[in-house]
Amino acid sequence: MRRLGILTILAGLPLAAGTDDSFFLRGATIHTVSGVDIPNGSILVRDGRIVGVGQKLAAPKDIRIIEGRGLQVYPGMIDSATQIGLTEIGAVRETSDAVEIGNFNPELRALTAVNPSSEHIPVARANGITTVISLPDGALLSGQASLIHLDGWTTEEMEVRRSAGMHLKMPAIVTVVSRFPEGQTLTPYTVAKRNYEKQMQELSAFFESARRYQKAKSAQAPDFRTDLKLEAMLPVIEGREPLFVTAIREREIRDAIQFAEKQKIRMILAQAPEAWKVADELKTKNIPVVLGATLALPSNEDDPYDRPATTAADLYKAGVKFAFGSFSTEFTRNLPYQAANAVAYGLPHDEALRAVTLNAAQIWGVADQIGSIDEGKWADLMITDGDPLETQTQVKQLFIKGKAVNLDNKHRRLYEKYLNRP
Amino acid sequence: MRKLVALFLAGFAIYAAPDTVFRNATILTVTRGTLKGNLIVRDGKIADIGDNVIIPIGANVIDATGMYLMPGIIDCHSHIIAESINEGSVSVSSMVRIGDVLNPEDIAIYRALAGGVTTANILHGSANSIGGQCTVVKMRWGKSASELVFEGAMPGIKFALGENPKRRGATPAFGATAVRYPATRMGVEDVIREAFTDAKAYQASWRAYEAKRAKGEIAIPPARDLKLEPLVEVLDGKRLVHAHCYRQDEILMLLQVADEFGFRIRTLQHVLEGYKVAKEIAAHGAGASTFSDWWAYKVEAYDAIPYNAAIMTRKGVLVSINSDDAELMRHLNTEAAKTMKYGGLSETEALSLVTINPARQLMIDQRVGSLETGKDADMVLYDKHPLSNFAKVRKVMIDGQIYFDRDKDIAARPERDARKKALMKKGTEEKKPGFAQRPTQ
Repeated sequence: MRRLGILTILAGLPLAAGTDDSFFLRGATIHTVSGVDIPNGSILVRDGRIVGVGQKLAAPKDIRIIEGRGLQVYPGMIDSATQIGLTEIGAVRETSDAVEIGNFNPELRALTAVNPSSEHIPVARANGITTVISLPDGALLSGQASLIHLDGWTTEEMEVRRSAGMHLKMPAIVTVVSRFPEGQTLTPYTVAKRNYEKQMQELSAFFESARRYQKAKSAQAPDFRTDLKLEAMLPVIEGREPLFVTAIREREIRDAIQFAEKQKIRMILAQAPEAWKVADELKTKNIPVVLGATLALPSNEDDPYDRPATTAADLYKAGVKFAFGSFSTEFTRNLPYQAANAVAYGLPHDEALRAVTLNAAQIWGVADQIGSIDEGKWADLMITDGDPLETQTQVKQLFIKGKAVNLDNKHRRLYEKYLNRP
Repeated sequence: MRKLVALFLAGFAIYAAPDTVFRNATILTVTRGTLKGNLIVRDGKIADIGDNVIIPIGANVIDATGMYLMPGIIDCHSHIIAESINEGSVSVSSMVRIGDVLNPEDIAIYRALAGGVTTANILHGSANSIGGQCTVVKMRWGKSASELVFEGAMPGIKFALGENPKRRGATPAFGATAVRYPATRMGVEDVIREAFTDAKAYQASWRAYEAKRAKGEIAIPPARDLKLEPLVEVLDGKRLVHAHCYRQDEILMLLQVADEFGFRIRTLQHVLEGYKVAKEIAAHGAGASTFSDWWAYKVEAYDAIPYNAAIMTRKGVLVSINSDDAELMRHLNTEAAKTMKYGGLSETEALSLVTINPARQLMIDQRVGSLETGKDADMVLYDKHPLSNFAKVRKVMIDGQIYFDRDKDIAARPERDARKKALMKKGTEEKKPGFAQRPTQ
């Protein structure tokens, strides 16, 4: 009986995007992330799911074979904080939907505004990113972050989790605001402190009203009316959806921890360059962190020059779970290099890889679906010719839910066109 | 007799400053290949490089076994150290000078050092079609402002095309009370042509005056115009033009304007669509200094591609990779590595983008940009290959002196922390009797 459709991958040739989401990949080094690496391993994928991983798998007769000899296979990477699909060109307001007006917009959902035709999607996935969080970025309580696959004709097809987390920017005492091009605005400390206290009060009051709403709803009060904003708060106060809290300085981080405790809600810290100052408490309270850029300047003039690069290692040593987020749109493709910088400054390589795969999946509650190469999970796979954390490595193939993803993008097309200009 | 000579020389060795030697390093010369061996530094210059070079007696030896030595990184576009960046009130500000506003205590210098940068081209900003005069500096942390200046480097001037110089003309942002010409790319070209038309006339009037004086005639010198003088220097080939530009049409426009007035653009900066007109850039003889992979932050950057440097290199343009950013400049080695991924440049070609190429663009390549005997001892010691994302800078040397040492930086931290704690404690505790206390801020 003839094997149907045997395909050999030649270096650099992208597979045509087809509807076929079943294949048998063999002969590659498989980096499962959840366990040990498998040299000369195989992965069996059926209907988009991984159904077998190992060294001794037999190639089924009805399925196409992908030869992976000399290549490396990793889970597709996850960027835990982006504006992909929400913003096209940062300087042009018409192209950005990340920042809505108002301080309390929990009912807004990022997925609504994600543009599946954004150029940033093919650019990011060309370097192995298969899933991202798209984050609303307005003031205070700005809306629901959505977890999306970077493939799909519509946002429905892209959706992994519509309401992955509720974004809160922890109130802070802000005395200096630097805006381009207006410059710096200075606020006296006493005024800034009052603004901060007012915001904290309003935040607590809002959560209070959400609890009252919940009681009224469950008691089926006669005058109960649906309020979309408060409705959106229910999963958060009932512990089904985490609060994703952007907190920069130690004070805001401690405020956030206290707030989450008082409200009895689950929380994920975002950015948190000073998380190292509260690492032990984060560990005790099981609060995970989505760390911002490691390739960043230290916040204070007298900080050690490598402060942003060593924070990941500090969290790792304290036992805090963390993932990396690019907090960007156009630089999502460089997510693995943020992770690599942390490795240069003390984070074990395997941990860095986890921070852009399995840890991220666990933090966002989708570790049963993605984040590692394990049976039952989606076949979100990256085939490379080397370590994805090193720049020179090329992504040869990318699969999202078992389907080969077209790695072509605007940049490659312009490259080909102008390299060949006579 | 020989004994006397030997004693005489030995005496010299004792009184002269000792040589420094990097021993057993993998030496990436950039221009002369890669070798494993020793590099001898003497009197601020590279004295010898080789796999069999003998270490002089009494030399200060740095054991570089397992480590990589490369030339100090040169950033062709930076605004650190400058206390002011944009004299944005007028469209032609050629009379202002970055060299007059250098702050040697800018912590960005130290942080750039820690990223392997030894020389940078500090530019006026991009608010003006014709900006101010630029200065090349070395990252001599701890020295005074005048001691930062790269002595003998040819002076430069900044031009800017596209969205930035026309931004103020279009909207009253920036707190401006009046709009400022130009508001379009057409106007940007006009501003430059008007300025050089005036400069030509100014140059002619001075030449006429000098001709009269040469003949011994009585003549009244023209009034000095500090705005036009640097533009005449450009016409005379004595001042290098670094032009911020993005789109292919404005790139071609500027090359044509330069041809019209008889001068050459030394470098096109950013030049994110340079790949579309690489042929023309190479024909004009302009260099290109660009980002590794920035794009999409504004409309004119929407067609930017990470293959830009590689395409222009293949088409014969002298290309460098720059930062224009205090953070990005800390890892120009790994930014250069991106050209290997996007466009297939070799290791040496990639390293050249941040060493010998910017040196050539700034015309300081006789002094810096590669590890060759006779050049300045400006170099960086990495613990891994500098094109690896896992590499860290261990030491940075400028003019034969170590200006950054990671081990010493780390060792000094506990003492610094203790001193800071003590000072802060003092600040909160100390109360002078008889003086009214300010409310705590």
